[in-house]
Amino acid sequence: MRNEQNMNCFDFSFHSADLRAMPSGALWWPKEALLCVSDLHLGKSERVARRMGMSLPPYETRETLERLGQDLATSQARTVVCLGDSFDDLQASHSLSDEDQMWITRLQAGRRWIWIEGNHDPGPVEFGGTHLKQLNIDRLIFRHIAQPEAAGEISGHYHPKARLHTKGRTISRPAFVFDQNRLILPAYGTYTGGLDTHAAVIDQLMRPDALAILTGPVPTCIPMPR
Amino acid sequence: MRKGILWSGSIPGVWGLAPKDNSATLLVMQQLPPRFADWFAAKGWSVHPHQQDMLRHSNDPALLLIAPTGGGKTLAGFLPTLVDLADTPRSGLHTLYVSPLKALAADIKRNLTTPVTQMKLPIRIEDRTGDTSATVKKRQRADPPHILLTTPESLALLTSYEDAPRMFKGLQRVVIDEIHALADSKRGDQLMLALGRLERLCPGLCRVGLSATVEDPDAIAQMLARHPNPCRILLADPGPAPDISMLATREPPPWSGGNAAYAIPAVLEEVRSHKTTLIFHNTRAQAEIFFHNLWLANDDALPIGIHHGSLDRQQREKVEAAMVRGDLRAIVCTGSLDLGIDWGDVDLVIQIGAPKNVKRLVQRIGRANHRYNAPSKALLVPANRFEVVECHAALDAVRDGTLDGDPRGRGPRDVLCQHILITACAGPFDAGALFDEIRTVGAYKDLTQSEFDACLDFCATGGYALRAYDQWQRLIRNTDGTWQLRDPRAAQKIRMNIGTIQDTDTLKVRLQRARGGKPLGEIEEGFAATLTPGDTFLIGGQIVRYEGLREMTVEVSRNAAKKPKVATFLGTKFATSTQLSARVIDIFQKPDWPELPAHTAQWLALQRSVSQLPKPGRLLIESFPHDGREQTVVYGFAGRNGQQTLGLLLSKRMEELGLNPLGFVATDYATLIWGLDPLQDPAPLFDLTALEDGLETWLAGNAVMKRTFRASATIAGLIQRNTPQTRKTGRQATFSSDILYDTLLKYDPEHLLMQITREEARRGLVDFGRIREMAERIDGRIDHLRLSRVSPLAAPMFLEMGRVPVKGAAEEQLLEQEAARLMEASGLANITPQPSDRPKWRVGW
Repeated sequence: MRNEQNMNCFDFSFHSADLRAMPSGALWWPKEALLCVSDLHLGKSERVARRMGMSLPPYETRETLERLGQDLATSQARTVVCLGDSFDDLQASHSLSDEDQMWITRLQAGRRWIWIEGNHDPGPVEFGGTHLKQLNIDRLIFRHIAQPEAAGEISGHYHPKARLHTKGRTISRPAFVFDQNRLILPAYGTYTGGLDTHAAVIDQLMRPDALAILTGPVPTCIPMPR
Repeated sequence: MRKGILWSGSIPGVWGLAPKDNSATLLVMQQLPPRFADWFAAKGWSVHPHQQDMLRHSNDPALLLIAPTGGGKTLAGFLPTLVDLADTPRSGLHTLYVSPLKALAADIKRNLTTPVTQMKLPIRIEDRTGDTSATVKKRQRADPPHILLTTPESLALLTSYEDAPRMFKGLQRVVIDEIHALADSKRGDQLMLALGRLERLCPGLCRVGLSATVEDPDAIAQMLARHPNPCRILLADPGPAPDISMLATREPPPWSGGNAAYAIPAVLEEVRSHKTTLIFHNTRAQAEIFFHNLWLANDDALPIGIHHGSLDRQQREKVEAAMVRGDLRAIVCTGSLDLGIDWGDVDLVIQIGAPKNVKRLVQRIGRANHRYNAPSKALLVPANRFEVVECHAALDAVRDGTLDGDPRGRGPRDVLCQHILITACAGPFDAGALFDEIRTVGAYKDLTQSEFDACLDFCATGGYALRAYDQWQRLIRNTDGTWQLRDPRAAQKIRMNIGTIQDTDTLKVRLQRARGGKPLGEIEEGFAATLTPGDTFLIGGQIVRYEGLREMTVEVSRNAAKKPKVATFLGTKFATSTQLSARVIDIFQKPDWPELPAHTAQWLALQRSVSQLPKPGRLLIESFPHDGREQTVVYGFAGRNGQQTLGLLLSKRMEELGLNPLGFVATDYATLIWGLDPLQDPAPLFDLTALEDGLETWLAGNAVMKRTFRASATIAGLIQRNTPQTRKTGRQATFSSDILYDTLLKYDPEHLLMQITREEARRGLVDFGRIREMAERIDGRIDHLRLSRVSPLAAPMFLEMGRVPVKGAAEEQLLEQEAARLMEASGLANITPQPSDRPKWRVGW
């Protein structure tokens, strides 16, 4: 983290770990040199074409991978944790173009890479790296879907988004949400919508003093809107 | 004799029949079959000359009737059908009637059924709209009525079925009512594409268009006729000139603002002295506020209703029914009452706010005295002093009989893409034949083969530079060369998304209660997003308090507050037409203004003495310090959208020139820009090439472009409309179309939809055409006045709503400030849930 670009991050402490929310929605853990991203949904346009007959612009995989490549370059991460729903479904993981597959292989080179299983990709994918249901490092647990009783848990799945009313305009952005028990990452993939933090399911998971970090040029922390 | 009670449930205006003493009576009676002549005679009715002309030319391939509101257009359109079917009874569909409004189709059905029953004609009449039940719709396809009344969208849907050729077999005539209302929109393009299809199924089809008074009948005729067929135009007697004037008030109108509260007592006085008054507004928000104020001042408790497109259907129908019964003395309304439905005996039309467009004004005036031979009575109420001048210009234009309107461009390609998909739903098609068919539609007569191929490719594969998922393409080519849907099940989804009307996403508003609270209407999602619990706003004339959002429904409670906290919801504003703008400038050139009210004449004279009034062929710019800022006012007369675009472009240029602009606001006539440094030389700002360069860059990332893209992408079938179901389940289903736009901009900027978006933005929302027109008009002739203080003409600008902050770092600053405030207020900033040797909350290093 030497680069000028990294001036704009939000540092916070979670279960004794000093973590950093990056503008892109990635989570950086300097002590472990670990970069965590959630819900890439690679191959989404292909799945939408196959399942729903809509031809979305087929550029989202490349876009997502380009951003991930940038975050890896600036962070010099040694470990990458993809927190589930990395592929829009297992068939999509087979259908990526040769170019996109090469790209993933290139990103993986020289790094420890962990695929956490998600509900969209509940099985091994054809790429190198380790496939796990969940990962424990120190007191932190990495899994796809938050469990109500967990502590020190880092998850994704809900694609949280926070909405803030300011004077003049309302700003809604993908957001990290966290309290002393859990941290939920925003979706990193390009074609991923979001679930407002007002939604009951997020509201019920999070403690009253939960915070939200809005992604964007300068990640900004606010009390979680609810 | 009082007309209108002869046909129960009908109003004579629809038929516009003249009393029997009309001189043409004898002639007409000779042409009508005896059964009709007897029936007409028994009713004491005769027929207008233009209705008789329509009968005489009923076999023309295309026929356009231009008649004023209340001129009996509808009967003119149907008479040939009734006569033909009475002469030679047969089964099957004979005449298709298309109207822009569902309600109009239902209305016509009611009014048409009476004479058919009374004359015992062997004719079955049915309507088919989005409200028709599935059972009836299914039966209609198997056993169509003689006359089917429908809407453009329902017709497009009908053509998408495989059995369309059977259903439309034998169709003789298509009658398009209120065709002027469709002419300016994509709905009209879609309808004409559907007619192209019908013509192929039923060669020799007769097309009949019924239009209100318009500025360019030829343009509508060309739209109506199969290209290159000719189209006969019949002009009805325009009737007596309207009795139209400005409402005199004791209090002068304010400098600025749009709610005309000052005129409330005078308007109530007029309502009291007339039977039924329609009070038109340009926007729903203005209508709501005016209705609220009117109600507060309505000491006599006159029955007054409100009607606009955002209200719940039940509420609207209640008002409509009360209106037909004659229970209401006045209705505060918007364009939702513009079209030809008859609501009863309206004897006065009041237009609040400058009409912005002469054509619309004339059509609205026609709503009063819905009888052919009586003059319509109308009053204009300017909402502010500038509008006094504008209303005056509009009165002149009505007196001169000059209407305005912008020429239609080429047929939009997003509608064409949808048409290709609709065609595919009906079965395999030949691309060459489809291309030929499309070129018979006036708006698409110049379509090139490569443009068509690009649209077809888009429908088939998505049309991306990167060939992806070819195996999943939507349309596939058969060995015989025809095209068809890869997956026949896709047809259902395509059918569900037929249509070109872009409702901005709206949310239902309900009173909060345990279950099924009363629906009040709808508000734009964007407006809902700005509300926080406790905010009050106006809907359906009552003030309600925002309680929260539940399953895509806005829950509110009644509130006794006198004034709503949030005055208005969003909504488009009409731009003043070029012609009216030119007339306003002309008024400015007069030496004095005895014809204007004294307060307005004095205001203009003062402007002339301290600065100057805008002149034709020149651009007036004033700059002066005010309110601690340097202000620049540019009187471009380019319409609100144009002035807004000008604001974006000029502020960008000013930023480049180091003038530090902070924000701007636009009206129909001028843009006010404020900043830190004074404008010394305006010339570099108006380099047209630099402006257009700026436009390209600015356009690319602008919210206006994204909105345009969303509309076109939906019409073209790239994205499907958010149905309530998908939104409810909504987690990942609803990623925003903005992201698709950004992705295309980055990876495939020349994609068909990006081309369409740029084209649309240029002629629509962005209105760069008006700016170019302005730049050519002024040709560098700029009058820059450096003043020591704000001028009379500029003063109203400072009260305008809708200020736009200059983008850039602004949003991040807002976010940072608000976040800091929230963290401080919540006390969370001081909590340290885990021990740490570092400060808890840090932004950056």
